[in-house]
Amino acid sequence: MIKSIIKYFSEIFRGVKSLLTGMKITGYYFTHPKEIITQQYPENRETLKMFDRFRGEVVLIHDENNEHKCTGCSACEIACPNGTIEIISDKAIDPETGKPKKVIDKFVYHLSMCTFCNLCIIACPTDAIKMAQTFEHSVFDRTKLTKVLNKPGSKIMAGIKE
Amino acid sequence: MFTLLDENGKTDTKEFTETQEYFVNMGPQHPSTHGVLRLLLTLDGEIIRRVEPHIGYIHRSIEKMCEKDSYQQVVHLTDRMDYLSCHINNEAVCLCVEKGLQLEIPERVKYIRTIISELTRIASHQLWWGVMGMDLGAITSFLYGFRDREMITDIFEETCGARLTMNYNVPGGVMFDIHPNFRKRTKDFISHFKKKLPEYDELLTGNVIFEERTKGIGYLSKEDAISFGVTGPSARASGFACDIRKKIPYSAYDKVDFKEIVFTEGDSYTRYKARIAEMWESMHIIEQLIDNIPEGEFKAKTKAVIKLPPGEYYQRVETARGELGVFIISDNKKSPYRVKFRSPGFSNLFALDTMAKGCKIADLVAMMSTLDLVIPDIDR
Repeated sequence: MIKSIIKYFSEIFRGVKSLLTGMKITGYYFTHPKEIITQQYPENRETLKMFDRFRGEVVLIHDENNEHKCTGCSACEIACPNGTIEIISDKAIDPETGKPKKVIDKFVYHLSMCTFCNLCIIACPTDAIKMAQTFEHSVFDRTKLTKVLNKPGSKIMAGIKE
Repeated sequence: MFTLLDENGKTDTKEFTETQEYFVNMGPQHPSTHGVLRLLLTLDGEIIRRVEPHIGYIHRSIEKMCEKDSYQQVVHLTDRMDYLSCHINNEAVCLCVEKGLQLEIPERVKYIRTIISELTRIASHQLWWGVMGMDLGAITSFLYGFRDREMITDIFEETCGARLTMNYNVPGGVMFDIHPNFRKRTKDFISHFKKKLPEYDELLTGNVIFEERTKGIGYLSKEDAISFGVTGPSARASGFACDIRKKIPYSAYDKVDFKEIVFTEGDSYTRYKARIAEMWESMHIIEQLIDNIPEGEFKAKTKAVIKLPPGEYYQRVETARGELGVFIISDNKKSPYRVKFRSPGFSNLFALDTMAKGCKIADLVAMMSTLDLVIPDIDR
């Protein structure tokens, strides 16, 4: 009889003690706000910097003369597992040799189908594309997720060959 | 209670007091099934008589999709199977392809792969620990688990380029060399987490409510674990030593010294303890490797179009959930003829029926949580 009473109270004591052990940790962080690592996201937009290798979206690199390095060889299109990249190429006369040469008309990128696997970047022989660090991709209309990456009026850089 | 008069005019209440078994659908949209899993429960009051898992709600036919992809592209699909141990899945495919090509990969690659695999395992167990607490009604643990996991995802983001589905392995090596900050960040994490892991014990392990809800519940015997093909920490808690890292070492696991965590009790609480112990062991493995990464190439040279010689190749690895097997049949084309994944979640799920017999519905939630199911891994 006495044993069962002692057992009853010792169990209550054990329960309260274990709860207090857990509450001690919660209390510690309540009184030490410096240990909290929460980022206030939309407020810290200016200072928030992603890592260099972070994969946000594929971009075609343009220099200040509006020139890019893409030759339209379709290596990225073949490397992509999801059909994200479509290259629509055109024939143009090369001013130096006078022979017809393949140039890109549209570098179409479907962001909605991209899995950010980085295989297109590795496949590119001329390092014409890279991953940008942007990550706020939400739009109201999904057609806006299909992008043409080459800027209007852009040309291929001189000296880039397949 | 209604009363009826039988033919002789006496009251007969028998057929109204008899109980009947009934069915309840748990899921597919149930918050504690961690995804779209439907369990058809046969209940007698509150007691579970039978659990029948119905799967296939997020089947994406990954195995079939592999048959049109090149070997480099197959790797990124395995990210989407067991997304919490995606690096280990990638590694399995890469090791299988390297086995087929008989490719000698640099030592550096082996070390990098092993370190990142172990980081993935810790991250997976941290998330599991948080979610386990949440299944039992404690939101606190979820936030603590995610706080420490954030440091690992930062390491991944800096070195691999993504936080979760990182696709860092390629056949022959890894995609980029490790970031200059990688060593420092990993060491910082280890010293940070060594201080924080005892907090996990204080918050959940010693808690009376937690112990009452897990101790002696969901018992899985060693024989059942073997016959159902249960692997990983769930099986090792039942006394079945099945760690592939120890049995058939791959990557750099033959160079490190670590214990295989084996318990014998086999209840929910032991499965919980096994995973906590694995986190300590993973940290121990990383500590041995992080200062000794050899110099050298981060990728062996492979052809742009990989063609495996005709034949069948199989590779087993130990993910955070258990044994993952990758089976490739090649017919000397640029994409595999057939790919089959032996996923740990699928086998672990079907032991639930044996474990749950005679338990209450509320215990089933705790039991499923200790099995650490990832539904995309089961459905593929």
